[in-house]
Amino acid sequence: MGAVMQPPDLAYVRTDLAAPLPPPTGQNSVLGWLRTNLFATLPDAVLTVLGLLILWFAIPPLISWLFLDAQWTGTDRTFCATVAQGGMQPEGWSGACWAFVSAKFQQFLFNVYPAGERWRVILCGIMFAALLVPFLVPRAPFKKLNAILLFLVLPVVSYFLLLGGHFGLRYVPTRDWGGFMVTIILSYVGIAVSLPLGVILALGRRSRLPVIKLLSVIFIEAVRGVPLITVLFMATKMLPLFMPDNMKIDDFLCVLIGVALFASAYMAEVIRGGLQAIPRGQYEGADSLGLGYWQKMRLIILPQALTLVIPGIVNTFIGLFKDTSLVYIVNMFDLLGAVRRNFNDANWITPQTPLSGLIFAGFVFWCFCFGMSRYSSYMERRLDTGHRK
Amino acid sequence: MAATDQVLGSEDSRGSLLYNPVVRGVFFQILVFGGLCAFLYWIVHNTQENLARAGRNVSFDFLYQRAGFDVGQSLIQYSSDSTQLDALIVGLLNTLLVAAAGIVTATIIGFVVGIGRLSRNWLIRKFCQVYVETFRNIPPLLVIFFWYLGVLAILPGPRDSFKLPFGSLLSNRGLFVPKPVWEEGSWLVGVAFLIAIAMGFFVARKASARQAATGQRFPVFWTNVALIVGLPLLALAAAGFPLSFSIPKLGAFQATGGLAIGPEFLALYLALSLYTASFIAEIVRAGILGVSKGQTEAAYALGLRPGATTRLVIVPQAMRIIVPPLTSQYLNLTKNSSLAIAVGYADLVSIGGTILNKSGESIQIVAIWMVVYLSISLATSLFMNWFNSRVALVER
Repeated sequence: MGAVMQPPDLAYVRTDLAAPLPPPTGQNSVLGWLRTNLFATLPDAVLTVLGLLILWFAIPPLISWLFLDAQWTGTDRTFCATVAQGGMQPEGWSGACWAFVSAKFQQFLFNVYPAGERWRVILCGIMFAALLVPFLVPRAPFKKLNAILLFLVLPVVSYFLLLGGHFGLRYVPTRDWGGFMVTIILSYVGIAVSLPLGVILALGRRSRLPVIKLLSVIFIEAVRGVPLITVLFMATKMLPLFMPDNMKIDDFLCVLIGVALFASAYMAEVIRGGLQAIPRGQYEGADSLGLGYWQKMRLIILPQALTLVIPGIVNTFIGLFKDTSLVYIVNMFDLLGAVRRNFNDANWITPQTPLSGLIFAGFVFWCFCFGMSRYSSYMERRLDTGHRK
Repeated sequence: MAATDQVLGSEDSRGSLLYNPVVRGVFFQILVFGGLCAFLYWIVHNTQENLARAGRNVSFDFLYQRAGFDVGQSLIQYSSDSTQLDALIVGLLNTLLVAAAGIVTATIIGFVVGIGRLSRNWLIRKFCQVYVETFRNIPPLLVIFFWYLGVLAILPGPRDSFKLPFGSLLSNRGLFVPKPVWEEGSWLVGVAFLIAIAMGFFVARKASARQAATGQRFPVFWTNVALIVGLPLLALAAAGFPLSFSIPKLGAFQATGGLAIGPEFLALYLALSLYTASFIAEIVRAGILGVSKGQTEAAYALGLRPGATTRLVIVPQAMRIIVPPLTSQYLNLTKNSSLAIAVGYADLVSIGGTILNKSGESIQIVAIWMVVYLSISLATSLFMNWFNSRVALVER
């Protein structure tokens, strides 16, 4: 017994520290990153190699077409055409014709707006930017004044400035408008009209009053069920028929009305989503405070609902911005239309022209849309009250 | 207390009729309805006057007049001597054709890219992200122009077409693919195909009933693939292969033989598919991310393998989230197919626009468009709602 009770032989107990293990080939080393992100499994490795091969074969020609072999300067098509096509480039040359873009840049911006009057458009653009930027920066002061200037004063000023015919300004008919300026005007008016109208339609669709509800549903569903092109055709071909004889309605105004009504229906559905997401307790709380319908909506429900659906609203804006290009089909020239129209210029017809022009237009649209979506996710994060599940 | 109750309950304290919500509601509805009626009356009145002044009336007789124009691509017999109604039907079929083809392709690309955005592989993830961010942020019309003017128009002429596999030819006149020519006795194949589909349904029902009863699984998918491919092939062999292919041949101005797919259709189809796929990819990604991690962990805890987990646990739940927005993307694609008019593909809007410019019957044409597109939207929504109710979560 006594022998068993003896303290056990402790010879295996370490008296010195073990040598540290090598650090794991974890996330911090380049090799570790490569292994977890590119070569985790055999299929992964195959996909990675395939992707690298695609990049290897696609990137160099793309860069040389876009930049290295591109023709940056020039006055007519000979700069972007090969000898066989009647130009000065060597046989087999292929590259972007940025000369076309820079020669037509003014047209892309203003289309055929008279050259001497373009300062008016630029002035409007500067005012628009000067009012829009502080409106979008959350910390900038005087938001209410800013909104009034942007949405009430600016349209009036721009109307007189762009159209002319008053105050000694030359009259510029809307059929001469075009280019990027029309893209901006259409989206600005579309957004400014569709947001309030969308709110009203969304409230109407959730109203207890059967007539109001039915009318809202019919309008929203009918507009959402048809393509924008048919709405534009309707606006340009049928609106003039609806007007009395003595009232001539401008084509551009027809298109503006069509675009704004179209966007309102989509906006209404987005806002309705926000209204439905507000818990019942908010409505009841507002009722118990003794607020009337409009007070309840304005002070309690809409601020929360609109904040909730900011991503949806911005998506509708982006859709509207892209859809403005459809006015090309009813013979109006936005940025894309102006670019497309200049492909027919005999002075610039080359095989490279259409692709260069379209890539330029695509880049401009992309920058604006991408910027909007980034701004929306920034606002979403800023306005997040932390109540979301 | 009793006194207060009485005061609150008394008739006087409810205030005047002016503040009664019911009365107000009825009043506002009458006001809106009356205003709308007056507005409509004004519009109809103006329109009638305008039409009378132009010496026209609203009738659909023009539909039965000779069309007098050709269309590029038609699924049914059509010549310029056909009626305008025939032309519109050709347009409608073309719309449905490009929409159906686009929906199938966009769904496939969208699912692949959407799943790719969640890949472990950094390179694949970035590829998919670049694809989505590019196409989501440019107008569909621009994508159509890109294919039509930027790519297809600068391909070589028919004389030096690109030769693709299976004897297909690609030139600036479009894509020419071999056309199957069905001969005597080929009806057997069609019948076999229908029987195979019917049997497939039967197998699927039987298998799910058996699984519910005994827990044993049956390889429904592979059985059905075998049925749907195998039965028509058997029928083909039984009928002595009544099938030959017309291979396109190079010609000076146009390839001859084979099935011609015009550049207009190609441009529209490619653009709509690629554009809509970028939206579908985001929907798929959101749907898969929307299934909580606990579901995956629970499935692993039950001993399911990763493949089975994805198939049996993740996808069915993700579908619930995916289906409703997917429906609206399908509708968007169908509506965007009206952009065909920009490249001259003969769809409903493009043919309607031709008739409208020729005859000036704007009211009727716009009415036809509205009815057709609203019906398509409604039919798609009904089908997708039915599908949605099948995949929806049954809550207890």
